[in-house]
Amino acid sequence: MNKRSHSIAFWAAVAVFLVAVLSMTQIVRNEYPFFAGYVILQFIALAVAWSILGGYAGYVNFGTNAFFGVGVYTAVALFKATGAPLAVQIAAAAVVGMTLGFGVGLLTLRMRGIFFSIATIALAIIIETFVMNWRFVGGAAGIQIQRPPVTAPFDSYVKMLFFVQAVLVVIAVAIARYVQNSRIGRGLQALRDDELAAECTGVPTLKLKLIACMISGALISAAGAPAAMYLQYADPSSAFNLSYSVSALAMALIGGTAHWIGPVLGAILLGSTQQLLAVTISSEVNVLVLGIMLVLFVVGAPKGIIGLLRPRYRLRAGGKQ
Amino acid sequence: MNTAADAPLLQVGTLTRTFGGFTALDNISVDIRKGERFGLIGPNGSGKTTLINCISGALKPQVGSVVFCGENITQLPPHLRARRGIARSFQIPRPFRSMTVLENLMVGLDFAAAGSAAAEEEIAMSILTRMGLASKAGAASATLSQVELRKMELARAMAVRPKLLISDEAMAGLSSSEVDEVLDLLISLGEEDITIIMIEHIMQAVMRFSERVMCLDAGKIIALGAPGEVMADKRVQEAYLGT
Repeated sequence: MNKRSHSIAFWAAVAVFLVAVLSMTQIVRNEYPFFAGYVILQFIALAVAWSILGGYAGYVNFGTNAFFGVGVYTAVALFKATGAPLAVQIAAAAVVGMTLGFGVGLLTLRMRGIFFSIATIALAIIIETFVMNWRFVGGAAGIQIQRPPVTAPFDSYVKMLFFVQAVLVVIAVAIARYVQNSRIGRGLQALRDDELAAECTGVPTLKLKLIACMISGALISAAGAPAAMYLQYADPSSAFNLSYSVSALAMALIGGTAHWIGPVLGAILLGSTQQLLAVTISSEVNVLVLGIMLVLFVVGAPKGIIGLLRPRYRLRAGGKQ
Repeated sequence: MNTAADAPLLQVGTLTRTFGGFTALDNISVDIRKGERFGLIGPNGSGKTTLINCISGALKPQVGSVVFCGENITQLPPHLRARRGIARSFQIPRPFRSMTVLENLMVGLDFAAAGSAAAEEEIAMSILTRMGLASKAGAASATLSQVELRKMELARAMAVRPKLLISDEAMAGLSSSEVDEVLDLLISLGEEDITIIMIEHIMQAVMRFSERVMCLDAGKIIALGAPGEVMADKRVQEAYLGT
């Protein structure tokens, strides 16, 4: 009963959000809010996707940039080769990201904790090096992208990307919410606490870890796919920039990982602060601010914003009152 | 005495497990009968925990087989063994620390003995009541006392709905009244058709609990039989009791 009313409230909020985003693209004429908003939405999607593996399962993935870059370059390669529309690029990026996630999931067989994290950094470097030497997509010099004409009802490409990224956020949040409230979520929580005890209590830990890696990877790559269209340009060192990893991780941790709302709040807070700073001071300050906030939260509120708001999340990911 | 027609619940056959040059288990063969209360003793490092790790699947033996209910499970991962009815507690308690006591049990019910969510909560509560932990159902497992943790580990194992329950030193570090409490629980579980293997150092508990006792030393079985006989065995006394 309670669960059902929660569901209704959730989907109502989703509908309101999407309608608001869509009407914003129709009403607001200035392009800047969409330009900035796209980045914030992108970080929400990244942080939520990251926390499925990093938060629920406790496997800290430092390779968000690997998945992001793979998403960017899947879209670029596909667009250059076939001129595929944006939706197809995103879907293809999700599939490739999922495959990569499967590979990363296999790493968890042998590596835990910090070793897993280091392996994911290495993965990003390997893939970046590969792309740097891939002539077809421009190699190290990068590639210019000519945007195709925008489709109705949007009057500019950035507005359309803003809406697309909002849809990706909704997909990421809906999946994270489903995982959290399902058996999968409980299993991931159990294996995060103690993998052997979970296994001996009947939890198929490898399977759940693979699922978490694949979902997380697919969502991160999907969120990265429109980036080339957004910038009209792609190059390996920005597509595989480590700052994506740091941001996604910091946003999720600052928001709190016990509930899907945590990464959303963290990304909104940090993402908008960063956008504000980039305009008022400089984008270089962003990294500093990120670091300071992360330190403050780790010391002052180790369970993130949601831990401050609702003490019971110190204990567990919600789901019922 | 059990009738000859009863096939053993668990058959451990010529099990050998080495760690590098160290042989932790050396050619161990033993059958555990259905419904039996089986005591496993031996000095520290004699291979008791390695043996139950091989039975529960946390370790795989290099040689030998584990047959449970007539099925060879030697290569199965632990979660599939749990689903077939092998549950265990750990020598050092390993609770799911971010969960409440009730949720700890729900993990086993969710994954090893699936049913509807409402029914699961009811079952979990009845197990907790049984274990005398009902009042702690909503408590964070990280806040439990030692004896409560031990009981919760057993309760969580029970949530898997086991045919075979392996208790790895569930009484270590408990006071004598707490030992009796846990022992009574184990004995009452044994009365409901659950086969129990109990690893224990506390001799009174082993004597009171077990129908049969096996003593390991340096990875080998040095005695196997009725508790009185095993205790009287000279090699057991030498190896274990240190005389």
